Amino acid sequence: MDFDLAPEQREFTRTVEAFVDDVIRPHAERWDEEAELPMDAVKQMAELGLFGLPFPEEYGGMGGDFLTLCLAIEAIARVDSSLAITLEAAVGLGAMPIWHFGTEEQKQRWLPQLARGEKLAGFGLTEPGGGSDAGATRTTAKLVAGEWVINGSKSFITNSGTSVTEFVTITAVTDDNNGKKEITAIIVPNGTEGFEVGKPYRKMGWHHSDTHELSFNDVRVPEANQLGLRGEGFKNFLKILDDGRIAIAALAVGLAQGCVDESIGYARERTAFGHAIGDFQAIQFKIADMAMKTELARTAYHKAAWLKELGRPYKMEAAMAKLYASEIAVDVARDAVQIHGGYGYIEEFPVCRHFRDSKILEIGEGTSEVMRILIARELGLAQA
Amino acid sequence: MERKKALNIAVCVKHIPDPNLPGELDGQRLKRAGVQGVLDPGDEFGVEAGLQLKEAHGGEVTLISMGPAVALEAVRRGLSMGADKGVLVSDDALAGADALTTARVLAAAIAKAGPFDLVIAGVESTDGYTGTMPSSLAEFLGLPQLTFVKSLEGAEGSIRVNRQTVEGYHVVESPLPALISVTAGVNEPRYASFKGIMAAKKKPVEQWSLADLELSSDDVTVNQSVTNIGKAEERQAGEVVEDDGSGAARIADFLKEAKVI
Ligand SMILES: Cc1cc2nc3c(=O)[nH]c(=O)nc-3n(C[C@H](O)[C@H](O)[C@H](O)COP(=O)(O)OP(=O)(O)OC[C@H]3O[C@@H](n4cnc5c(N)ncnc54)[C@H](O)[C@@H]3O)c2cc1C
Repeated sequence: MDFDLAPEQREFTRTVEAFVDDVIRPHAERWDEEAELPMDAVKQMAELGLFGLPFPEEYGGMGGDFLTLCLAIEAIARVDSSLAITLEAAVGLGAMPIWHFGTEEQKQRWLPQLARGEKLAGFGLTEPGGGSDAGATRTTAKLVAGEWVINGSKSFITNSGTSVTEFVTITAVTDDNNGKKEITAIIVPNGTEGFEVGKPYRKMGWHHSDTHELSFNDVRVPEANQLGLRGEGFKNFLKILDDGRIAIAALAVGLAQGCVDESIGYARERTAFGHAIGDFQAIQFKIADMAMKTELARTAYHKAAWLKELGRPYKMEAAMAKLYASEIAVDVARDAVQIHGGYGYIEEFPVCRHFRDSKILEIGEGTSEVMRILIARELGLAQA
Repeated sequence: MERKKALNIAVCVKHIPDPNLPGELDGQRLKRAGVQGVLDPGDEFGVEAGLQLKEAHGGEVTLISMGPAVALEAVRRGLSMGADKGVLVSDDALAGADALTTARVLAAAIAKAGPFDLVIAGVESTDGYTGTMPSSLAEFLGLPQLTFVKSLEGAEGSIRVNRQTVEGYHVVESPLPALISVTAGVNEPRYASFKGIMAAKKKPVEQWSLADLELSSDDVTVNQSVTNIGKAEERQAGEVVEDDGSGAARIADFLKEAKVI
């Protein structure tokens, strides 16, 4: 039994924390208000190698492991969830599908620029008609004279419309034999005729993360843009989402830790009735609970990442980590606002933003309900 | 094209208690044992200066440190940033060493690891703040010293620096070999990338004792002692000036008094 991170993981985490303090913290509030992805910060994150962490050097990566990526996501999310999800989605949803399911040629072509962080990519699964029921995909793709012709739309796609977005991998129904849909993943480069990126959404949180609705109107891409085997799009993205859940848990832990840190600082400074409010047990107990939940959620995602790294089954642990971490993140953020009193409701105090940023964690990359369904299924319970 | 002469550079680095944590006293001294340590943030400027010179002229950056075994972390940090190799002098006889002793030991280590074209140190450490080590070191090494460097430029066989003064700066040039002490702000130290951290694990670090440097415990007898410790003066409240139309002039006077303009 060993709970220690490797020395290089610890050192890199410290580096990322210092980077976040210098480059991100001073601007996070303004970026949130401007509600636009700060490309300069993304570029500096790229220079640090963050976008290539889990990929081998020959594909432009850093040769690190998945847990190191999660640690970096956690370190960023302490301060800025929008940039943390930008990294999480770029690596987990943009580059990972290419890495896992791409042919050698596809990897050579698409991966290095993503791993170096020069380009971003999105992953389009959710549709206006439904996200949880991913099998209900309506977007279609038909093979015509060596080209996939795509029609349909996708909603809420992260990193799909930045100035450096190279492509979006989408899932589409490629055959519908007797109601048994065949779903295939296809790479659609931005700028392809008929592929339109909608206006950015106005969101509750994650303001400076880039999210768009996408529409496809007779979009033609070469057959070679098919990612993975025909008909395996559904199976493949489920695997991608398993990994993504560990990373979302890390993001949630970062947000919760940020709330704990802000609350401790505030409780020491703020006085009421002649005492620092941190001297009151009611506040102390709240902070103790917040810290406990955060630490347990951290342990849960570390364990899921550890299982994954060893090549052992981790589906249930990943779902548990995501479910627990996202739910405690919302609780912890709400309590942090409470500890801050009226100031917690004011944007100058980071906990205000953290609270708004927390809610999506219970929805994105599988809702809490879907996580419970998955866990129950892994426990062998039949579905109604 | 004329090939530039590569520079062999030594950078002094110190492992200190994390300055972001509240410091604790151990008698008359800063408590170090068991405290989370870091590479002195002031030394990151020295490492960066060395790396930039190496990138411009070719050559090698060697980190030189004195400290207990955990000080290896500070050396590794500098290697992660991109330095090529390290030397750590550790010896039980060095516990509680003062700035003069440190300079003597570092001089011996630099002499053994060299010859170097340039030795770089921070102006002062972030824990002890004596600010005397770089000058002592230059004396022991018999090198010209260019202190309080706020910017620098290497050339063939020489170095030219802007030396911070109260009123502005002096431009100083010296032949190499030389020693410079750099201020915070001389550059913007890079962050160690993950690749840099992984590569650092494989870079060579020599660990020397006093005997390896042919020094005896007599050579490192501490002559300085701390006689008293007091609280730093509380910061005074600032002066508030109502602007009755003369505000701009008052500000200009104030800045002149502070020798800023
Ligand atoms: C900011 C943001 C970024 C996003 N980024 C991406 C992206 O990059 N790529 C992408 O593909 N998607 C993305 N999404 C979409 C996200 O993954 C979906 O919103 C999510 O999966 C839920 O799908 P839905 O919104 O269609 O809700 P629905 O599936 O319509 O669910 C509505 C409610 O019903 C519940 N529910 C559904 N089925 C069941 C059931 N069987 N039992 C019990 N309860 C059920 C759900 O849990 C939920 O509470 C993003 C969303 C947001 C808001």
